[in-house]
Amino acid sequence: MRLVVFGWGNDARGDDGLGPLLLERVARAAWPDVTTVEDFQLQIEHALDLDGAEAALFVDAGRDTPAPFSFIEIRPERGESHTTHALAPEAVLDVYARSLRRPPPPAFTLSMRGESFELGEGLSAEARERLESAWAFIQGLMAERSVEDWRRAANACAPTAR
Amino acid sequence: MLNLETAQSPHKLRRVAIEPVTRVEGHGKVTILLDAENRIHQVRLHIVEFRGFEVFIQGRPYWEVPVAVQRLCGICPVSHLIAATKAMDLIAGFGPLTPSAEKLRRLLHYGQIVQSHALHFFHLSSPDLLLGFESEVAKRNIIGVAAAFPDLARQGVFTRKFGQEVIAHIAGKRIHGTGVIPGGVNKPLSVADRDSMRAGINQIVDWSKAAVGLVIQLHETNPDFYKTFGESRANMMGLVDRRGALDFYHGGLRARDADGGPIFDQVDYATYKSVLQEDVKNWSYMKFPHIKALGADKGWYRVGPLARVQICDVMPTPLAEAERRTFLNVGGGKPLHGALMYHWARMIEMLHAAEMARELLDDPDIVGTDLMADKGPRREEGVGVIEAPRGTLFHHYRADENDLVTYCNLIVSTTNNNQAMNESIRAVASRYLSGHELTEGLLNHIEVAIRAYDPCLSCATHALGQMPLEVDLVDADGALVSRARKG
Repeated sequence: MRLVVFGWGNDARGDDGLGPLLLERVARAAWPDVTTVEDFQLQIEHALDLDGAEAALFVDAGRDTPAPFSFIEIRPERGESHTTHALAPEAVLDVYARSLRRPPPPAFTLSMRGESFELGEGLSAEARERLESAWAFIQGLMAERSVEDWRRAANACAPTAR
Repeated sequence: MLNLETAQSPHKLRRVAIEPVTRVEGHGKVTILLDAENRIHQVRLHIVEFRGFEVFIQGRPYWEVPVAVQRLCGICPVSHLIAATKAMDLIAGFGPLTPSAEKLRRLLHYGQIVQSHALHFFHLSSPDLLLGFESEVAKRNIIGVAAAFPDLARQGVFTRKFGQEVIAHIAGKRIHGTGVIPGGVNKPLSVADRDSMRAGINQIVDWSKAAVGLVIQLHETNPDFYKTFGESRANMMGLVDRRGALDFYHGGLRARDADGGPIFDQVDYATYKSVLQEDVKNWSYMKFPHIKALGADKGWYRVGPLARVQICDVMPTPLAEAERRTFLNVGGGKPLHGALMYHWARMIEMLHAAEMARELLDDPDIVGTDLMADKGPRREEGVGVIEAPRGTLFHHYRADENDLVTYCNLIVSTTNNNQAMNESIRAVASRYLSGHELTEGLLNHIEVAIRAYDPCLSCATHALGQMPLEVDLVDADGALVSRARKG
């Protein structure tokens, strides 16, 4: 399964760096057929990074999201984010569908809950633990790399998130 | 016109908040105070997100600054990189850049302008412009225009992609790039990368020209509305080169008044504090700069596309200059001050940046390998200024004998436009909202006026510890329930 993994956030703003940090581990693992894309924010051109992928994984820090992390399947959605120079992953899928005129690949988000996003801070203690949990989870995903397996994992993950 | 910045008796008024302002970067909030007859008494654009970058950067080695500033804003990291590096060229003691280094930086900058303007027009503003925001008559006409441009979204995506490729080729990576360094750039552009960009640039020029055409068609659907919506007569400021031509990368500061008359010209931007003064107000995190000689009440100004295309004597590329002449004719010899005119000016600038990029890609110097300037003694202080996509961007630093940053002052483009944005939304409120029952469509008028400036609010607020914020909680009868104060 050709996979593209997006990680975004600002490592100068505390737990906002969770996405890039997890992405860095994915890149270092050098799994075959895995492409990584890092940015500060998701943008319309990221839709083109989906092209040719059989699945996509978006990893990010979440504010007030389930801890230690949530893992869900997402679908294209046109909604506006309130900071809108930045897009939500669902909106990137929507831009793909509208721009390339075909359905985007199956896509999932892994959102690690962050606690503090202040400029100049490092990761909080809670975020460090959640990064480790998410990394262990991703290694499991990579061992069973198929969309169906990931859908089962998403279904299993949702009720146990705490 | 009534002064709508501060109401006389706010405790007797009803408060409406638009929070957050959608489709702008960062977190903005607009508050409107109304009386029982829905007459407007006060309108303010507040900035509610807070950045402490100027303090964050103090105590760090000056050579880290060009990389660190890219974390200032997820939208315009390249603008901060270039402005900060221009300041650090001076602090590090470098002389004039080599031709290849300056041209590579310029190409990077034009790539950033193309992609930023494309994002704003094709994706952030086109819903307002193409779908209309209230008038059914205008909507019908505009839908006809939109039908002629079914590929708009696709063009926006591919134009952004082109801009990202320019950035990756020159800065080294899409983000956290290290290609631009004090004294020049650290990596030549390969012939293969140059050829790759060359293969795509004609398409970008064509799409940019078509985008100008689309704005003109939109304008023609309701010329008076486009010309006067959110109109606020403002002074205008920007960089021009020695001939008075628009220059996004380097030049002297020029300011013109609302009628186009001169205020100052060819001011060395290192002395910006001699002509500009920054004020604070207790209801916003964002500073309020103004032209010192005119004072706070009369000295506020506008920057960005609408100012730039009108204060320069010429845009030095043929297609953009022809479009600029058409634009100026709308004003009949007088400057245009309507907020929606920003869109037209912005597309002219996108065309200009694309043409400039094309020229540079044809220039043999762009693949040159002499990339570092000669180095002299280190200096204590440096100011770097560019015309970023949203307007004039100032980076000012001092570094001590241990090479650590001791002072940082930023005036970002959106801060320069702070008062102008406030005046535009007050104009909209007076004309369209006052006396009416507020509907979502009417409130969207306010947001349309703000979005026209393409503000980036998150990097516009960065003065840690200096800006108290007061939050008033007011009940439905206008009575003050509580007040919190920070800072």
